[in-house]
Amino acid sequence: MCGIVGFLARDTRLRESLGEFVVPMLTCMGERGPDSAGLAIFSDDLPDGLRRYSFYTSVRTFDWLRFLEDFAAATEATAEIDVVESHAVLMTSATPAMVNEWLAARRDPIHLLSVGRKIDVYKDEGHPADISRRYGFTAFTGSHAVGHTRMATESAVSPAHAHPFTAGEDFCLVHNGSLSNPYSIRRRLEKKGVRFETDNDTEAACRFLEWRMREGDPLERALERGFDELDGFYTLLMATADKLVLVRDAFACKPAVVAETDEYVAISSEYRALAHLPGVKGARIFEPVPEQIYSWTA
Amino acid sequence: MDRLIQLDLAGLTVRELNQFLHQELPSRGAGWHVDVLNPNGMHNLAVGLNASVDVDIRGHAGYFIAGMNQQARVTVHGNVGWSVAENIMSGSVRVKGCASECAAASGHGGLVVIEQDASSRCGISMKGCDIVVGGSVGHLSAFMAQAGTLVVRGNAGPGLGDSLYEAVIYVGGEIHSLGADAREEPMQMEDHARVAELLTRAGFPAETGRFKRIASARSLYHWHADAGDRY
Repeated sequence: MCGIVGFLARDTRLRESLGEFVVPMLTCMGERGPDSAGLAIFSDDLPDGLRRYSFYTSVRTFDWLRFLEDFAAATEATAEIDVVESHAVLMTSATPAMVNEWLAARRDPIHLLSVGRKIDVYKDEGHPADISRRYGFTAFTGSHAVGHTRMATESAVSPAHAHPFTAGEDFCLVHNGSLSNPYSIRRRLEKKGVRFETDNDTEAACRFLEWRMREGDPLERALERGFDELDGFYTLLMATADKLVLVRDAFACKPAVVAETDEYVAISSEYRALAHLPGVKGARIFEPVPEQIYSWTA
Repeated sequence: MDRLIQLDLAGLTVRELNQFLHQELPSRGAGWHVDVLNPNGMHNLAVGLNASVDVDIRGHAGYFIAGMNQQARVTVHGNVGWSVAENIMSGSVRVKGCASECAAASGHGGLVVIEQDASSRCGISMKGCDIVVGGSVGHLSAFMAQAGTLVVRGNAGPGLGDSLYEAVIYVGGEIHSLGADAREEPMQMEDHARVAELLTRAGFPAETGRFKRIASARSLYHWHADAGDRY
């Protein structure tokens, strides 16, 4: 069992309170997934030419300022860093290729969680309520967010195995369920040069969809292919720079419920995670049907 | 006039609510009516009742609402999550909104009414209860249903009545597809009477003209050694 949550602010005034809406959702879904949690948050674009890189380190004493100095000196790129707990966001003009090349040469005890102009990803072990508090999720602002609470069934409990998974830029995915063919997908993708970071089944779905998008499919088309290619049980909630997208597999034995108002779209595994939202009693509430692609634009 | 008790889940745990409904309420005798406020999607509300009481849950509720119900009449004024009225034995459970998966799963007796849509696997493995759905049902409804009646006023999703035993399904709208061993049979006088009686009890107009009857072809009842490769 796992929990998924998503929130998209249609009324731009709600963007200031995004974290306040999402944290109770994530905390409530801690009952479905108490071992680890994660949150992807999409905020305003950085100025042209800049990207955000989210990092996780398991070494609490890691010297991020030294890291920043070394990075700026080596790449000659503009660079700033925000550090909270085990997490850092590097904002830089360096391209993903430059950052990856530089990281590969250093072997720092850090893990790159996300890349993009809007996305920041946080994930860690522990109860979602504790993680939300440690990283200050409540204060987060932005247009939309996707969160996950994990009860691991198929691979290790670790920050790297927690969701959301990302691939490419400004794309992330959370998953409730289990895939039965992640290794065959992985073997096919690896032959095409796609690199994997964990043995987690969800990473296969995430990289499959991102690979299709790089090949030119819109996400919706990639998902239609996914219905044929991904074998197993899944409710998948994805976010791009300006969208939330939700699908359930043909069996639809992993839950999801959507509450839509003029002000917001909120998605969760269970209604009780939505019950605190303002105006939810008057919202259009529905259960997404199998193999239908639901998409909302921020 | 019923005597009314209001219980507010804003200040009461689910366990306290259910203990009251199990122990204190029956000891007060008949004629009591309980309003449950602020359900907020909570699970396991009014589970295991065994007294002739009325319970109204005022809002959307979560999973396993009114499971194992006996005698009681439970109404949810909102939607419910998975497995409402699971294993219902008698009494009635009414959902004014929609129900998620597995509504009335394994129900032995009593009446379950979903006024709007029920999701997939409605009436899965039902064993004698009656279910009336005002809207449509999702895929694999009445899977392995053994006894009882499922009436669907709207449409039915894929695989209706797969591996059906002796339960009978009546559908007023379109059927996406039938499951293995389920087949459409002609509506007889007693079928119309059975549907009309259930629609009336459920509070819907007793118009039965458009209903189809789905029952088991019974071809899966016996193992055919010569057809082993077909299983």
